[in-house]
Parts: sequence; C-alpha cells; structure tokens
Amino acid sequence: MFKKFKINHYINYIIIGIMTAVLAAITLTGGRLDSSFIYMLEKMAISIILAVSLSLVVGFLGELSLGHAGFMCVGAYLGGKTACLLEPLLGNGILTFIISILVGAAVAAVCGIIIGIPALRLRGDYLAIVTLAFGEIVKSLFQNTSEESFGGTLGLDTPRYDKKYLFIFAFILVLVTLAVVQNFIRSKHGRAVTAIRDNEIAARATGINVTKYKLLTFTLSATFAGVAGVLYSFSNYTVQSLTFGYNYSIDILVMVVLGGMGSINGSIIAATLITFLDIKLATVLTGDLAVLQNLIYALILIIIVVYNNAPALKGFREKYNLNIFMRKLLRHKHDPSKIKDDAAKWDVVPTKIEMNEVLSIDLTPPEARDLTGKGGKK
Amino acid sequence: MELILSTLINGLSLGGIYAMIALGYTMVYGIAKMLNFAHGDIIMVGGYVIYVFMATQNPLLAILMAVVFCVILGIVIEKVAYKPLRGASPLAVLITAIGVSYLLQSLAQIIFGSASKMVTVFEFGSVKFLGANVQISSLVTLAVTIVVMICLTLFVKCTRVGRAMIAVSEDKGAAQLMGINVNRIITITFAIGSSLAALAGLFYLLKAPTITNTLGAMPGIKAFTAAVIGGIGSIPGAMLGGILLGIVEAISYKITAIAPYTDAIEFSILIIILLVRPTGFLGKKRREKV
Repeated sequence: MFKKFKINHYINYIIIGIMTAVLAAITLTGGRLDSSFIYMLEKMAISIILAVSLSLVVGFLGELSLGHAGFMCVGAYLGGKTACLLEPLLGNGILTFIISILVGAAVAAVCGIIIGIPALRLRGDYLAIVTLAFGEIVKSLFQNTSEESFGGTLGLDTPRYDKKYLFIFAFILVLVTLAVVQNFIRSKHGRAVTAIRDNEIAARATGINVTKYKLLTFTLSATFAGVAGVLYSFSNYTVQSLTFGYNYSIDILVMVVLGGMGSINGSIIAATLITFLDIKLATVLTGDLAVLQNLIYALILIIIVVYNNAPALKGFREKYNLNIFMRKLLRHKHDPSKIKDDAAKWDVVPTKIEMNEVLSIDLTPPEARDLTGKGGKK
Repeated sequence: MELILSTLINGLSLGGIYAMIALGYTMVYGIAKMLNFAHGDIIMVGGYVIYVFMATQNPLLAILMAVVFCVILGIVIEKVAYKPLRGASPLAVLITAIGVSYLLQSLAQIIFGSASKMVTVFEFGSVKFLGANVQISSLVTLAVTIVVMICLTLFVKCTRVGRAMIAVSEDKGAAQLMGINVNRIITITFAIGSSLAALAGLFYLLKAPTITNTLGAMPGIKAFTAAVIGGIGSIPGAMLGGILLGIVEAISYKITAIAPYTDAIEFSILIIILLVRPTGFLGKKRREKV
C-alpha cells in the first residue's frame, strides 16, 4: 500500500509547505528576516506561479503564449486598483487582499477566454503572434489611461502591505496554484489536454471536445497569471505597464523551457533558480553589463530547445538523460519501466515519445500479418 | 488636401518598409514553414552595420556592407539554429527563433550600449508636391520598394531558382524528388529575406536617423502583421498588407485622439483578420490532413 503512494507527485507541496511554515514561524515569532531576502521570496513565489501557469499552455497544451505578461498586467492593474478602492472601506487587511486577488484572477480569466477564442481557430505561429499582440495591446491601453483611473504613464500605486505577511500569503497562493494545476493535469481533463497536444485530429476523433479543453487551459493559465500580477502589484507597491512587455513574457518562457516542457516540478525549480540569479546578478552586473543576463537567457533557450528537439541528437538524448541518471543515482522505486502493474504505469503522464511508442505497437495478430505474402504490413 | 496627401505619402513609404520586411517573413514562412522571429532584429543589425561603416563617409559602401553582413548573418542563423530542428515540432522552432531574436538584441546592446546612436546616411530635403511638404526620403523608399518588389516577382516567376522556391513551398518532399536541393533553396530564401531586412534598416535610418538595439523588434512584429493581412506565403500579399498597414498607421498618427493607441489599433486589426479570415486577403487555404 505504501509503495503506491507516489511521493514525487506531492514532493513539491511538501517542500514548499514546510519551507513556508518554517519561514512563517520565524517571522511571526518575532525573528527577523532580511528585507532583501523577503523580497526575493516574494519574487520567487510570483515566478513560480507564472512559470507553472505558462507551463500549462506551453508544456501541456503545446501552444506558445507570448502574452503571459499581458494577463499578469491585467491582474496587476485590476487587483491593485481594487485594493486601492477597498482600502478606505475595509482597511489594509486580509479581506482586501483576498478580494483583490479574486478580482485580478477573474478579470485575467475573462481575458483568457477572449484570447482563448482565437486560440480555437489558430495554432502554432499564428496563435503566438495573437497572444503577443494581446500583450502589447494591454500594455498600450494601460499606458494611456488617465492619472485618476490607472495612473497612466506614472503607474498605479497600490496599498502597502506588511512584508512580513505578504510573502506567506504569496506562498499559500503558490500552493493553491500547484494544487489546482497538478490536479488538473492528473485528471481526465489534463489527459485530454495532453492528447490534444500530441495529435489534435486523433484527439478529436476519440471524442475529446478540443474547443472546450483549449479554452479551459487558456483560461486557467490566464487566471493564475492574473493572481501573480496582483501579488506583483502588492510586492512592488506600484504597477508600471511598461514592465509587462514582451520581454517579461520571454523571461517566463525561459523558466518553462529550462525546467523542461511538460514538467511542473521542473518549472518550479527553474523559476526559483532564475529568480535567484536575477536578483543576485542584478547587484553584480550593472549598467550595460546587465544585458549579459539576457544574453545568457537567449543562449539557454536556443541550446536547450535545439538539444531537446533536434532529430539528429535523438540517440544521444536517449543515452545521456538526466532522468535516467537521477533514477540510477536514487535507485528510484517509481521507475515506470520496472512496474509490473499496468494501472500504475498510467499514473505517469505519457510524454510525446512514449505516446508514439504506444501508437506504433503493431496490433495485427501474428498469424494475420503474412496474408499479403509480402512479409507483413508494408 | 495637403494634409491628406502628405499623410498618404508618409503612409505609403512606411508601408513600403513594412512590405519589405513582410516579404522576408512571407518567403521564409512559405518555404521553411516557420516564423522567423529574428527577422526584425536583422533590420537592427543592418542599421548598426551602416552606422559602423558610415565612419568611412561612403554611404554606398556602408549599404553594401550592411546587405552582405545581413545575408551572412541570415545564413549562419539558419544553419546553426534552424537547420538542426528541421523535422522537429513547430513549437521548438518557434522558441528557438525567439531565442535568436533575444540573442541578437542583447549582443547589440553589449557591443553598442543601450544609448541610441545617431547616423545620417544621406541628406535629403523635402519638396513641395501639389502644395504638400513631402520628404524626399519617403519617395526614395517608395520607389526602391516598388523596384525591389518587381525584381523579386520576376525572380520567383522566371528563374530556375525562383521556380524551385515555389516548388519547395508547395511540397518539400516532391520538390526533393524532382532533384531540387531543398536545403540550398531554404538557404537562398533566408539570404534574400535578410538582404531585404538590411534595406529596411537603411530606410528606417532615412526616416529617423537614430538607432537602438530594439529598432527592429516592433517593426518586425508589425511587418508580420502585414504579411498575415496580405496572406502569408504570398509576395503580392506582403506588399498589399504592408501598404495597408502603413497607411493605417500614418492616418492614426495624424488623429490626435487615437494617436497613442496606434499600436493597439494595428494589433487589433491583426486579431480581427486572423479571426475572420485567417488566410489573409491573398493567401491560399490549406486543409489539414492527418
């Protein structure tokens, strides 16, 4: 019974949960954390939410969204504005915080639906361009608002929350995001989404409602980007629409690609790592050198994608695989290839290659194969 | 009347630049079936090369060097980043292209700094045309674009290489069986696209003599919009889309009330076109098969 408890599905909750609890205990019992450390934690939480939600679209639906920062922007502005409006009524407390998060998430979700509708008709490059266009439109709209409404070019100032509590809430939201996203992926819906990624026509033929699932994935992803946006507005005290440009979307994409497409745990690790490096490098690299970081990101993107996808490197990839290495290193119990029980095997979301292997199994009975007299099929 | 005329000529010359860039997109998309995100940044590289070689005070040399450098860059990018991924998923190719675009932008910033550079290639004045003040550079841009467009159409229709390009864009496998070297054709396409991007860089410098590392990003995306409006894969479509977009932008800039929203308007047009007619005005519809 215990063997069936698949720890690697829950490991991220456990680690993040324990970490949050420890840090919360330190701050709440009067211990002091460095303010720059708290700032970093907040940024990490925001990045994790963004990377995990983008991973839904890029890694699981297999479509590229270049407007993730746009959804975040919508969330940040609307959530921040809600907090500004509620502050005189409800004070600077938890209630304001929760309502702001909900408003930000809801508005971002609506935008997700609006962008999801073209997503149903378009795919690949076209969809990427539409999401990019969406991000730029949102940026430009908020840039040109009046000063009273959303601050215009000056940006919107948001209420100041006590940093001691903010990062704890941020990590609680990370846990919520993980719970929703991971359950979504492991549910029937998640499998449908992966099926659409692997072969849309085949998925449609098996009766999967492609429209519904694409829209659902887009909306879910946008919602959490909105949540991250609201957190961002509280963490920075101000929202500037120029922050949420195309480059921000690319930064999130780098996290997803670095973590491995279709891996939630990978996205979490990459988001944490890149945010850490971002903040640490910002102190070292100043002025024009700061751009070295972008150069590194660009190289990471190119190298990882070419390495992971180039048809010529397939043999090499299968031989030197971090997963295999890790399994050997840890003598991992949950090696799907060693499990006899077929049901357990399906708990691992099949990757594209595995699906292809499944599809390529020759199902013709052996005695039927030579009927053509030409030595079997084709 | 004068205002309308000058706006129209501005729009046409801007449209000419967009058309020039859109051609690069549309040809690469038609043949390699990929969106070359780095195309816009090749404009920027072209601009910087002109900036560097203008130290010799010889504009023609500078332009020639820009074209040569961009062609080499285009070919290198294709060989290093895109060729290994031929046959891989479109998502992978797209992400790599974004990476290349990002790489070029940050390299340019490291080499030239983030401050904008000033460079004047030619000193053009303006002339009175039917009472309107018209920049000569706009007219030059428009004229060169039209000449390039005619040459390119003739090249594709009448030469062996051009016909091979059409064949590859129709069916890569069949083209290969007919003895066409597909890899070579793709390389040539990238070379042509990059040389057009270098020219577009020149025109940008004629329009406004400042250059930064993000010079090409926005025009690149807008030119892609133009290519989509005209129907991706179609050369006259790129021209039509570019001109339309240029005129819309010029008009929008002139109307004070909507001027700040110009980018938003153009992108909204893109989204609407993609929703209503995803193949654009002159594009061919392709049915998806298993």
